[in-house]
Amino acid sequence: MTKRAPLSLLIFVVIYLVFLYAPVVLLPIFAFNDSAIIAFPLEGFTMRWFWALGEEESLFRALKNSLIIAVSASILSTCFGVLTARAIARHEFLGKRPIFGLIMAPLFLPEIIIGVSILIVLLQLGFSLSIWTVIAGHVLIITPFSVSILTTAFGNMDKSLEEASLDLGENRFGTFRRVILPLVAPGLISSLLIGFTISLDEFVIAFFLTGTDPTLPVYIWSMLRFPSKLPTVMALGFVLLVMSLVLLSLFEYFRRRSEKLTGGYGKTQHHVGQEGE
Amino acid sequence: MASPAPEKQTNPPSMVMLSGIRKSFTDVEVVKGVDLNIGVGEFFSLLGPSGCGKTTLLRMIAGFESANEGIIAINGENMNKVDANERPTNMVFQSYAIFPHLNVAQNVAYGLKKQGLSKEETKKRVDEMLQLVDLDGYQERPSYALSGGQRQRVALARALIMQPKVLLLDEPLSALDKKLREHMQQELRRLQRTLGITFILVTHDQEEALIMSDRIAVMFDGKIAQVGTPREIYERPVSQRVASFIGVMNFLKGDLIGKTEKGISIASDVFGKITLDANQMPSPLEPGAVTIGIRPEMMSVLYRDTDTADNRLNVKVTSVDYYGDMTFYSVAIPKSNDQVSVCMRNTVGRHVYQIDDEITIGWSNASMVILR
Repeated sequence: MTKRAPLSLLIFVVIYLVFLYAPVVLLPIFAFNDSAIIAFPLEGFTMRWFWALGEEESLFRALKNSLIIAVSASILSTCFGVLTARAIARHEFLGKRPIFGLIMAPLFLPEIIIGVSILIVLLQLGFSLSIWTVIAGHVLIITPFSVSILTTAFGNMDKSLEEASLDLGENRFGTFRRVILPLVAPGLISSLLIGFTISLDEFVIAFFLTGTDPTLPVYIWSMLRFPSKLPTVMALGFVLLVMSLVLLSLFEYFRRRSEKLTGGYGKTQHHVGQEGE
Repeated sequence: MASPAPEKQTNPPSMVMLSGIRKSFTDVEVVKGVDLNIGVGEFFSLLGPSGCGKTTLLRMIAGFESANEGIIAINGENMNKVDANERPTNMVFQSYAIFPHLNVAQNVAYGLKKQGLSKEETKKRVDEMLQLVDLDGYQERPSYALSGGQRQRVALARALIMQPKVLLLDEPLSALDKKLREHMQQELRRLQRTLGITFILVTHDQEEALIMSDRIAVMFDGKIAQVGTPREIYERPVSQRVASFIGVMNFLKGDLIGKTEKGISIASDVFGKITLDANQMPSPLEPGAVTIGIRPEMMSVLYRDTDTADNRLNVKVTSVDYYGDMTFYSVAIPKSNDQVSVCMRNTVGRHVYQIDDEITIGWSNASMVILR
């Protein structure tokens, strides 16, 4: 019963996809192009920009900074996310909605506003800018994502599973370890992955809060001033693109598993009259 | 139909004792002072419409909710300060609450982990328990591949393997289809008899409660309306509300004249002045206007003029419902606007009447019960 879409819609979709992805497709093309100038016609295939990447020592320092920040920020925001999601899914308390709203607010605020405000506050308080200030900024913007992913994971879990565990003699901690954790694990992993991805390519906040140790996006931005480095940036971009795709696929895989575990079978399901007797 | 002898049972030793239990959620009081004694090895049902507080009461016995007032004792020990994981109770949840990430054997063995048994011992007990609930061979089955009835058996095995003093069942059959439900009713009854464990069942299904229980507590609005054996509840309900909740009951208006040595005198426009046995008034009432209840199957259509009955009445059929094994007639009682149901079993050669037919119905004095 599939109906064919009208031709006009089909054309619209094709144009839409071309505009969306053409620049992304150009990236790998120029990463392998044997010329320092980013322009057609192509000169020939080369891997030298990738080899050149290996010699950029400051690039590796930036990459290391970015990784430290991304790992720390995603772990921290996932921890906050677990606590928040648990509280939202299971408890009623005064000011639940306003608090939830405040936590989600960074999702809707322009990053530049967040970046500038944090910068002013930090400087007023006498903090010097470092990797830690960037981590703090990133935790602020990633936490809403963690909270929304984990609220779904916790909310989908049938409350009676916890009660069943208690009923069978397990204590609160054991229940968390043996029932809650395995069931929300896919949610935890997708929260970590999305946090990592967001932090890794976040530019605006990192730009404001970074001290002498730039993150990768900030470093790339600074490299763009030197036209001769441009193909190297393209190669780097290609590497990052592949990494993002892998991470996103992993994220989607775990998100689906999470849905299957907590949404599908944890809830009351009535297989009426399917008894195999 | 002989009426049950007045209750004169020696109460078995108490397993669960509830005294003055009250519970409120925010501003709403859902349990309003419940006193109850449930005996050792008894199959006890908490029966009532949804929202009557029966599930809350069960959850308080399990330890998932704590009472605002009152004492809960199990096996003679005060449980008020004891957490759910320390209580000698286990529960079969309405949703079954099968752990989705574990297979059948792991689900059943879940509670044994704390007891530090060897692998072999654990396996042996799990196998025995699965045999008991008719699920042998399903050990490695993942929980999502189970049907509703199988999930229920897993939930049952998982609770029973803990050898609880009291097994709590929260509407365990409501999710099953009719046939399977009837099968599981028998099964649960059989299990309870073999194991001798006290079962407390929460249900809104009056038939289920009647079939399965040794005793039933009927609950309305957070209070217990009546406690008794299935026969007492069905045949000697204390109020119109209990009577209508447990099946169908016809109500006639009457007057309570008073107690005499022979019994209780009542009078009515329909059947005149008669004397009933003392046990036909389950709750003591003051003389004055009362209601007289008669079950539809206690009334019969008198097919021949020679059929005898304590009370007879010429009536007109207003509706006929044919159920196959039974026919339900609604008839209008002359001189009053009351409608009465009469239920007749369909047998060979027995006539089924039509609307507007004039018939005679009859019933015995012993079938009547005096109610508020």
